[in-house]
Amino acid sequence: MELIKNSLQAVDTILIWSIFSLVVFFIFFVCLLWWVVVVDKDYITKMKNIPIEENKSEYNTSLNN
Amino acid sequence: MEIEKFSYDNKIVKAFIIAAVIFGLVGMLVGLTIALQLVYPILNFDLQYTTFGRIRPLHTNAVIFAFVGNAIFASVYYSLQRLLKTRMFNDNLSWIHFWGWQLIILAAAITLPLGITTSKEYAELEWPIDISIALIWVVFGINMIGTILKRRERHLYVAIWFYIATFVTVAVLHIVNSFEMPVTFLKSYSWYAGVQDALVQWWYGHNAVAFFLTTPYLGMMYYFLPKAANRPVYSYRLSIVHFWSLIFIYIWAGPHHLLYSTLPDWAQSLGVVFSVMLIAPSWGGMLNGLLTLRGAWDRVREEPVLKFMVVAVTAYGMATLEGPLLSLKNVNAIAHFTDWIVAHVHVGGLGWNGFLTFGIFYWVVPRMWGTKLFSNRLANLHFWLGTLGIIFYALPMYVSGVLQSLMWKEFDAQGFLVYKIFLETTVQVLPLHLIRAIGGTLYLVGVIIMTYNLIKTAYAGKFIPDEAAEAAPLEKVYKAKTGGWHHQVLESKPILFTVVALVSILIGGIVELVPTFLISSNVPTISSVKPYTPLEIQGRDIYIREGCVSCHSQLIRPFRSETERYGEYSKSGEFVYDHPFLWGSKRTGPDLHRIGAKYSDTWHFNHLYNPDVASPGTIMPSYPWLFEQHIDKSLTAGKIKALRTVGVPYEEGYENVANDDLDKQASAIAGRLKEDKIDASPDLEVIALIAYLQRLGTDIKVEKTASTQN
Repeated sequence: MELIKNSLQAVDTILIWSIFSLVVFFIFFVCLLWWVVVVDKDYITKMKNIPIEENKSEYNTSLNN
Repeated sequence: MEIEKFSYDNKIVKAFIIAAVIFGLVGMLVGLTIALQLVYPILNFDLQYTTFGRIRPLHTNAVIFAFVGNAIFASVYYSLQRLLKTRMFNDNLSWIHFWGWQLIILAAAITLPLGITTSKEYAELEWPIDISIALIWVVFGINMIGTILKRRERHLYVAIWFYIATFVTVAVLHIVNSFEMPVTFLKSYSWYAGVQDALVQWWYGHNAVAFFLTTPYLGMMYYFLPKAANRPVYSYRLSIVHFWSLIFIYIWAGPHHLLYSTLPDWAQSLGVVFSVMLIAPSWGGMLNGLLTLRGAWDRVREEPVLKFMVVAVTAYGMATLEGPLLSLKNVNAIAHFTDWIVAHVHVGGLGWNGFLTFGIFYWVVPRMWGTKLFSNRLANLHFWLGTLGIIFYALPMYVSGVLQSLMWKEFDAQGFLVYKIFLETTVQVLPLHLIRAIGGTLYLVGVIIMTYNLIKTAYAGKFIPDEAAEAAPLEKVYKAKTGGWHHQVLESKPILFTVVALVSILIGGIVELVPTFLISSNVPTISSVKPYTPLEIQGRDIYIREGCVSCHSQLIRPFRSETERYGEYSKSGEFVYDHPFLWGSKRTGPDLHRIGAKYSDTWHFNHLYNPDVASPGTIMPSYPWLFEQHIDKSLTAGKIKALRTVGVPYEEGYENVANDDLDKQASAIAGRLKEDKIDASPDLEVIALIAYLQRLGTDIKVEKTASTQN
């Protein structure tokens, strides 16, 4: 804990925290958007139908074919 | 592949629904009572157990944790089993969860009117109850994760992600915010002090809204709205972006509750930026919900379930646009501490949480009892009463909020405050408060009608305790279809998913909280600020017990309108010994941070006994019991020791002589009262409260006097 405390106290300007937070979020969000764009369409269709087709017992194995 | 037969547990869902309806009625009735108390103070009945300050937290806890909490559990237990094609992990755990939660509610219902409270909003319950909440929450988590592990559906539908995020985040929030030092079995002091306590509390408070009132309900929306509309969610891609960006951003936004406070500027700015960014995922979710109904809007006209859900999702959209706007500093300067905030939370609470719950109950109950809804006409009546109730609640409160702010800030041509006496601004908005109470009544009548309708529905059908189902088991070895590391992989590994969700919310929490805790320059100390005297500690605890913080802030913002009215604006260093902080979030009465030495002891004495005599027309209740009950001096030593443990610099051994100092200070106050021909025993609770009030905000005056003399 002391180690963390000392290194944090060595941070020159506290502003770095807000910039760091924005950068982390930006990278995360870009990666997420990229994944959502390239994701398999069949998978999306199957996923969105889970609540509607939950009573059809054959459905759950179809993903694993 | 062989098909397995099993059954869904409807009994536990039924129990949670019944609890939600009962506590919904009780919580809303208490809400209506406190709304009326603000217009007719006689309804406080001069009884300590029914006074506004004590039962306001009873209302908030009842509607949030009892009504909404039980509704969440009912919906999660219903949808989780069906989405995963399995019965709950363990029936015994389900019932431990149910009864444990109801016992916690019972404990809250007993302790809050008794004045046993930490005073931290939505976290008022004392430490033994806090521990019980943590344990029962873990039981819920084990049951949920266990169910996920024994599932027959490979991938986790988006609703379940929201449930997992809810479980993980509420656990973190509750544990971090509940760090407290016990004094007795039912009394503790927050581990944190002043500005740090405020930051932790509003990091918790804001995210309690996010992860108790929003994420589970989004999960419920993603399951029940497609079910009720009988069509899949509009965009599953959008739901993925919605989920990750929402949980990631929400956790950072807490400091927007502390704008213009003594919180460091960088933390305030961080809160504002992330709050504005929240519009994107929130509206993404709202549009996803509404667009799910594309091509089915004709059914919304006939189907009460869909009507409730449409208004719920729309209210979510309104509240989540308003929230970020309120977090802008210029808007916040107007809205904070006013009725505007009350309107905002009730659009969310009555509209989003209430209406989605009602829609789900109207959909689920007929199915669990194998029948049709008893009366669609009554459901429609409920819908219109509820909608009108929300409008009659919210509109007058918006008007009242803006009016309050304008009056608080209005200067005349000579540069003096037009409404110099705070009470004048309170009295002006009373008619609007009365209309608000009418709105609340309409809403409550709607819920009573729903209760009747659901009971009749249940009697008309036959309850199906165990609903038969069948599905193939999962293959032992699973290969991701597209190969490589993808979101599909994450969804098929629930533990990994939970960890990633936890890391997402922890990043925000750590970046936000850690610097304030570890870098001392964030809380500048003021040498003249000294710890409270033993009598003041006792008085402060009475202030906490009576819930004074419900109506009085202790935070003067750096605006001319506030410094003119109250005095010097508040500094971080003034709160370093405040365990807990008592900044408050609403000004029904004036700010009290500089009340010390402003009035005489006699004025406070008379004012607390009969506020109407000291301030004619006031809506503040009387506190006659403070003039009968005696200060519990047996607790003084324990309080000193506990406060020393959390960092207040009382000398070692001071607890042994603390009561001598207490007696001396109390006698001095009693002596001053005697000069005004008031005979009061120095042991009375009111003496301690007067001591505390007279101390408030005076420490920096000492410094000023000293520097003037130099």
